[in-house]
Formats: sequence, C-alpha cells, structure tokens
Amino acid sequence: MALAIALVVALISVVSVALFWARIWWFPPDISTHGPAIDHQFMLTLVITGIIFVLAQLSLAYLVWRNRDRGDGRRASYSHGNNALEATWTIAAALVFIGLNLMGYHIWAGIHFVGAAPGAMQVEVWGQQFAWDFRYPGPDGKFGSSHVEKVDDATANYLGLDRDHDADSKDDIVTSTLAIPVNREVQIFLRSKDVTHSFFVRELRIRQDLVPGMIIPIHFTATQTGRYEIACAELCGLGHYRMRAFLQVMTEEDYEKWLANMAAQQ
Amino acid sequence: MGSTTLTKPESAARLDDFGRGGRGFDDFGGGDRWVPERHRVPSRSYMIAMAMALAAIVMLFAAFTSALVVRKGLSYDWVSMPMPRVLWLNTALLLLSSLTLEFSRRALGAHRAEAFARWLYVTTGLGVAFVAGQLLAWRELAAQGVYLATNPSSSFFYLFTAAHGLHLLGGIAALIYLVVRAGAIALRKQRRTAVDVTALYWHFMDGLWIYILFLLMTRF
Amino acid sequence: MAGVHAEAVHRHEAPKGFIRRYIFSLDHKVIGIQYYFLALFSVFVGLLLSILIRIHLVWPQAKIPLLELLSRTGAPGGVITPEYYLSLLTMHGTIMVFFVLTTAPQSGFGNYFLPIQIGAEDMAFPRLNMLSFWVTFAGLVVLMAAFFIPDGPPISGWTAYPPLSAVGGASGPGEAVGQNLWIISIAIFCVASMLGALNFIATTLDLRAHGLSLMRMPLTCWAWFITAILALLSFAVLLAAGALLLLDRVGGTSFFVPGGLIVSDKIIKHSGGSPLLWQHLFWFFGHPEVYIAILPGMGVTSHILSTFSRKPIFGYKAMVVAMGAIGVLGFVVWGHHMFISGMSPYSAFAFSVLTMAIAVPSAIKTFNWLGTILGAKLRFPTPMLFALGFVSLFVTGGLSGIFLGQPPIDIYFHDTYFVLAHFHMIMGVAAIFGIFAGTYFWFPKMFGRMLNETMGKIHFWVTFVGVYAIFMPMHFLGLEGHPRRYSELSGFEFLKPLLGVHDFISHAAFITGAIQLVFLFNLFWSMFKGMKAAENPWEATTLEWTVPSPPPHDNFAGRHPVIYRGAYEFSVPGAEKDYVMQDSPEKVEAGH
Repeated sequence: MALAIALVVALISVVSVALFWARIWWFPPDISTHGPAIDHQFMLTLVITGIIFVLAQLSLAYLVWRNRDRGDGRRASYSHGNNALEATWTIAAALVFIGLNLMGYHIWAGIHFVGAAPGAMQVEVWGQQFAWDFRYPGPDGKFGSSHVEKVDDATANYLGLDRDHDADSKDDIVTSTLAIPVNREVQIFLRSKDVTHSFFVRELRIRQDLVPGMIIPIHFTATQTGRYEIACAELCGLGHYRMRAFLQVMTEEDYEKWLANMAAQQ
Repeated sequence: MGSTTLTKPESAARLDDFGRGGRGFDDFGGGDRWVPERHRVPSRSYMIAMAMALAAIVMLFAAFTSALVVRKGLSYDWVSMPMPRVLWLNTALLLLSSLTLEFSRRALGAHRAEAFARWLYVTTGLGVAFVAGQLLAWRELAAQGVYLATNPSSSFFYLFTAAHGLHLLGGIAALIYLVVRAGAIALRKQRRTAVDVTALYWHFMDGLWIYILFLLMTRF
Repeated sequence: MAGVHAEAVHRHEAPKGFIRRYIFSLDHKVIGIQYYFLALFSVFVGLLLSILIRIHLVWPQAKIPLLELLSRTGAPGGVITPEYYLSLLTMHGTIMVFFVLTTAPQSGFGNYFLPIQIGAEDMAFPRLNMLSFWVTFAGLVVLMAAFFIPDGPPISGWTAYPPLSAVGGASGPGEAVGQNLWIISIAIFCVASMLGALNFIATTLDLRAHGLSLMRMPLTCWAWFITAILALLSFAVLLAAGALLLLDRVGGTSFFVPGGLIVSDKIIKHSGGSPLLWQHLFWFFGHPEVYIAILPGMGVTSHILSTFSRKPIFGYKAMVVAMGAIGVLGFVVWGHHMFISGMSPYSAFAFSVLTMAIAVPSAIKTFNWLGTILGAKLRFPTPMLFALGFVSLFVTGGLSGIFLGQPPIDIYFHDTYFVLAHFHMIMGVAAIFGIFAGTYFWFPKMFGRMLNETMGKIHFWVTFVGVYAIFMPMHFLGLEGHPRRYSELSGFEFLKPLLGVHDFISHAAFITGAIQLVFLFNLFWSMFKGMKAAENPWEATTLEWTVPSPPPHDNFAGRHPVIYRGAYEFSVPGAEKDYVMQDSPEKVEAGH
C-alpha cells in the first residue's frame, strides 16, 4: 500500500509538471506593453510553486514509503517536534511568499497607481446584457451625457444619447467593435448599463469589471496589430457565455480610416 | 456496567440501562433516557454563550454600520432625515428599564421575592412601551411621507430601528418567561442564571440603542 | 438494588419511541448523525448537479431524461438552456458550500465527537443543539424549494452579486421568486450556524474533563473551536448582507443598486446603491467561510495522521497557533476576491500582502504533517489513505492560491477556470477528503461496526486519482483564459479547441462520481452488516476510544474521565504499548 501511494503521488506530480512544462495549454502571446512583466512574474511564481509542489509531493511519497510499518517490531520515534525547524520554515515560507508578492508590486503599480499619460486616446466601453458598445468622443474630445430613458434599441441608440440637445454627444461615435491604433496608449472607461460585467482580453493581459454606477478607467498600449476577442468575465445572466466583441488593433492609418467610416455611419 | 456501580450522589440520577455497543444502527442514539435538567453545566457557560451571542449581534450591526458609512459616502443623494422626537422618550424608557431590571436583580439577591417579581413586571412594561414608542416614531415618519424606500437615510433608519426592535422583542420574550417563572426562580438557586443572562442581554440592547441613537444623530 | 432501580425508573420518565429517539433528540450524537445525513443528502444532490454541468459543457444539446419533468422551461425536451445551466451551478455551489462543507465537518463530526473527546456528557446546550439542526433543515427545505417553482432557482451564482441578484426577474429567469428563496434559505442557515457556534464555544470552554487543559485537547477539538468562532462572527455579516439584498429586492431600498440602470429594456427605479458594498460584505463572510470549511478537515487529518503514524503530531503547539493564525488572518484577506472589482487598487495591494501572509500558517501545517510521518511506523487503513490524500490535495490547492493572491497575476486568472481549479482542489476535494477520513475513522465508534476495507480502498483510489484528473486540467483551461460560468464554448473562437479538455474532465467526473456510490453502499450496508467494532479498533488515544461503540447516552456511563496527558502519546519510550490513552494514569517518562 505504501508503495502504491508513493508511486501514484509521484506519478501525479511528474505528469502535472510535465503538462505545465510542455505548454500544451498556455497563455496566448501577449500584445501589450505591461504583458511581459506579468508573464515574467507568472513564470517566477510557477517555478517557485512548481519546486515547492514537487518537493512536497515527493516528500510525501518518499516518507510514506520509507516509514511504512515493516512488521519488524520497531517503534516510531517519539518526537513532539522541533522548534528550531518550525522557526526556520516559518521564516522561509514568509520570505518566499511575501517576497514574491512584493516583487510583483511594480507591475500592479504601473497599471493602477499611475494614470494614463495626458495624450492617451480615450474610448468608453459599455457593457449590457449581452453585448458591448464602444464610444469614441469624436473631434471635441468629450463624451456626451447618457440618458437611460432615451435608450432605444430600435434606433440603435444603445447609450441613450441626446444628439439633438446635447452638443457633446453630437460627434460621439458609437461602435460595436473596439478599434485602436497600435503602439498608442489607450485609456478606456468602463461603464455598465445593467449588471456587473467584466472586460477581458487575454492577449492584452487586461481584465477589469464594469460596475453599474461607476466609471472605471484603465489604460494600456497594444503592441501588435490583429483581431482579438473581448470576453465578458463576470457572470451577467444567461447570455454571459456569448457576450463577445472584437478588439481590432490597427496601424494608425487604418485606424483613422476606420474611425472616419464609423463617424459617417452615426 | 450497570446502574449499581455508580456511587456518586449526583450520578444517582443517571442510572438505568444505557445500551450496549455493537448493535449497530439500531442503538446509535437511544433517545433521552437521561433527563436534560440533570445535565450539569456551570452557570458560567450560559453567560459565555450569551456573550458570544452578543458578539454575533455586534457583527450584525457592524455590518449595517459599514453599509451606512459606504452608502453615505458614495452617493450624492443623501438627504438628512427628520428625527422623530418620541425617540428621546423611548430612550429614557429603555434606560429606565435597565435600572428597574437591576432593582429586580438586587431584590432577588436579597431574597425579596415579591419585589423581584414586581420590578420584573415594570421592566417588561417599560420594554413594551419602548417598542410601542418606536412604532409611534415610525407612524410619525409615515405621516410625513417618509418610508423605508423614500431615501437612503430613511432606509437605514428603518433598518436599524427594526433590527434593534426585533432583537428587543426577543429580550421581552425572555423577560416574560422570567415573570411567569418569578416564583420558581426566587426559590431556587440554579435558575438565577436565567436572570443574569437576560440582564446581560437587556443591558446590551440598551447600549446598542444608545449607539444607534448616536449614529442617527451624527450620521443622519 | 431493587430500591435503587425503582428510584431510577421513577426519575426517568423520559419519552421513548421513534420520534424522541431519532427525530427530536437532544442527544448530541443523534444530532451529529442527523447533520451528517443532511450533508450526505446534500452532497449527492450537489454531485448530481455537477454531473449535469459536466454533461452540458461537452454536449450542450444532450437530451437528459427526466430533467424536463423537473423544469419544463429550464430543460425543454431535456436540453439544458443557458439560464438553467446557471441555475444548476448556482445551486451546486450553494448546496456544497453551505449544506455540505459547513455542515458535515463541523456540525456533523463536531457535534458527535467534541463532547466525547473532552469528556463531557453532551454539548452545553442540548436543546439549542436540536434547534440548530432543525433550523438548518428548514434552510435546506427552503433552498430545495427553488427547484420546484416555475421560474426555477436563481442564476446569479452562489455569490449572488447585485445588481444581477437585486433587480428581480428583469435580469433573468429564476431571479424573481428563486432568488428570494435563496436569500431566505441562507438567512435561516446563518441563524442555525450561529446557534451551533455558541454551543461549540461554551462546551469547549466549560465542559472539559478534569486534567484536560486546552493544550492537551485533540487538534480536532481545537479545529472545531476555532471554526465555531469564525462562524459566529462571519455568519452575522452574511445575515446582514442578505437582509439588505432582500430589502433592495422587495422593499424598494437601494443599498446595492445604483441609479440609471436599464435591464432588459426596463428602467430600474433604484438609485445610489453600491454593487461593491455587497461584494465587501459577502466576502467578509466568504473568506472566513472557506476556512470554516477546511479547518475541521485539518484537525481530522492531524488526528488521523498521528494515530496511524504511531507518533505524536509534529509540533502540536505550532499546529494550534497556525490554526489560530489562519482564523485571525482569515478575517482580513477578503479583498483578494475583489482585486479587479473596481475597488481601490491600494487596498487591493494591502489585501494581497495579507493573503500571502496567510499562506505561511498553511505551510507550517503541511510541514508538520510531513514531520509527523517522518520516523513514523505507518499503517494504511482507509482513514489514513484519505488523510494522506488530504495532505497531497491541500498542497496542490494551496499552491494555486499563490498565483491568485498576487494582483498582477490575478488580472489574468480571476474568474477563469484557474480559480475553479483552486477552490475545488481545496474545498471540493481536500475538505471532502477530510469528511471521508473522518467517516472511515469514526464510523466504528458511531455505529458499532467497521466499514468494509476493500470497498474503502476502491473508493479512495478511484476518488484520489479521479479528482486529480478532474481538477488538474482546469488549471490549463485557466492558462488559456477560459472564463467561469460559461454554459457553452460556442461563443468564442479561443474556447473551441478546449472542448477536448472538457471531454476528458467530464469523463473523469462521471467515473469519480459513480464510485461514490460504492461509498454510499458501504456506509449503509456496514451499518447493519459490517464487522462488529471493538472499543478501540485503531488503537488510538483520545477519549472517544475509551467508551463502547456506539457510546451510551451520557457517553461515559456516569464516569468522569480524568486526563493525564496530551492527545498524541504514541510510541512513548517505556510505555507498555505503543499508545497511551489520554485518561490512563500509567506513569511513563514523558507525557505532557
């Protein structure tokens, strides 16, 4: 029995590590300026926890096999513990875990303690059951007010804009795709019309909840063109699984063309 | 192992055949052949249990308080609420009831059974009057068109007063139990714990009300 | 003798009959078993729900027989709709967390064995104990009722975040009556839990036998004691949150619902509330809750490892301090569920440092478990297998927490299958293994018969390998960014290639689920037909092993045990056998 336990635990450990090592299922390549730092912190954590995982599981396996009752009349060792050892591994664990956390501090700080640069491009991201809308402020650089009683799906006025009376919203551009220029800092403002949603783009290494009643800013810079899926990542109702939009990262040129095109369609 | 081997006096109550091991499912419980009253628990346990219950109640009101702080700090729609004046009278009644409860306990300690019962009646009456007064306060607010959902301030007012009132009703139920049992309690030593425990609860409810009043005055 | 007997008969006019013996019993042992059976029923309901979930993920169009009978709107033609999927997972989480993991380890085993292990005749307040059970039962009935109403159970998850959970039917099916029933059920459960906690605390403090100092208590008792304190303080906050949510739903208040919302074309009249407030209140409860779920399992594991190692637990005092630290720290880390919720990123950072801190006592416990089996003389009956399994699973589940506790990494993994992997490993498996370990260990004492070892070993092996097969792959799904609570993979390109992984997981789940029937059979068969159990079949040292199997009603038949030593005196040099009972006055050189 001891051998079986030892072998199974060891096997599980080896197979698990192998599967991580092989990267069969892994992050998609990152396309953001803060992505590499996150990926690096993840790898650091993976290596450290991986080592701890292997050591702990193999220790368990080995100790189980080694200390099995061999029927030889030997008694177990009568020990209540070892205070020096307790102190040692307590301090070691504290240093490793807390140290690891502090090492990642600058990443979080860079994303959240520092605001967007003054010239960052601004877009609003709106979530509702079960679709995304994006709003560009237009040439005036201002987002018009949103009036819930003016929301009208029939006329595609999803955000309840009052273009007739509200000057700021006249030139707002509302789209169903989030297009941004590559290598330019973007600041998005997350808003929700109904329940809590979450904006998640894997490749950008970005995730932020959309909380009704709040306007939450988050900034990033995309480093590669392409089309990426935006997934809702906070349970929002029956359509949660299909609440999708696309992030299109384009060259500056293509972006301007696209924006002009969208403006014309408003 | 049968009844005859027990010699300690207090164990004499726990005689009888208590079942044997090995009969499986059929015998795992066996029912209540030992009577609960004989189960000796130090009276200190009741006070500890009450203290723990009060800790839980503190957490409940702490949660409500944090909701109040957050809600007030967040929104621009906080409207100050009119404070019904009857609240002051109610507060006086409640404070008085704590005093009379102490008179009651003092009387019990001095073996004055009649005074003990009498002050208990008064305390209970004051408690009921407090609750009635709270309901009056609600009536007053309703007359001014201030209900539970009228504004966030009123929501919290009704929330705190209702939560406190409900807990106080529990206290009144305990007081009524004591009143009904006043005679028995005055004679028997072990039932004093019921009075001490109820007193602890009651005084706490008093203090909790003062806290709520403080919140109402400063935050509303 | 006749006179004494007559007196006894005179004084014991207690009612007999089935009702007083087994239904409305004041005996902590009966109540413990009642809780255990309540949890057993709940876990099979929860398991069934998880099987339905696993079927739907891989075969969304599958027609499941009989399901249409349960819900015509939720599963027309037996095909689970997206909203019904969410109902199923909401009920799965709610039932498992509350009615299984908060019930069996603490109220089940704790009620049965705390009094006996401390040398008491019963809990401090038997009537309160009985009340706690029946209130819990009422809570379960109310929750289960949600399955049978037309609109079905709520769809907001066991976490019930508003506004989804606060605006009523507009936000989805099941969000009207179903959500109300959910809130009421949980509120009832909160009350029951707090009442139970009172009993545990008073009993542990005041009813210990002579000589049983706190530092001689078995670690199981420490676990139940600390868990009770956590329950007492945290459930009160959940009750508050539930009351506020219910008021938002039916009273027109706006604690959690901000203004300007339009849900399914319906303009919501609330205004000024904060969805984040719910999250703070819920997780202030929710985090201690997960420690409530795991601490008793840790106590049982320590207890069983020591017993079958024939060795004292390594670092008893450190184990106690570690459990205490986990308890205290458990109250200040709730924000790690909310890193990307929109709360202040500064508090997010503070919460994350504290979260890393709580990993330290957990690590200490793991080291000490390994230290216990070092130099041991190991025996491997089924309870020991599950205890060893607990250690392995706790390591795995705990380590994935190291990722999630770091905000920059949590940005990617929050609300993905990585989180599912983490909490299932820790709660849905390790804590469950604690329950299994306790069951196999204490069954002989509870029912006077042994569980069948062969069936036990089959149960262990298939389950142990099975749960790794189910939950290890979920880490990989998390790496791919697979979001939680998605009823299908069809909505996203990046999810479609992952169907194969889901297929594997589902098959592993079917096998692992099926083998639990062996456990169920073993449990009931052995109650009637199992080998008769001796008083101390495991040669363990604590007080429950000094009384008959099953114990008499007042546990010690009028005896008042006196304690001479700690709970883990195995292989004491100079002792007659390789174990010394706690209440044995045998003089040996050591013995705390």
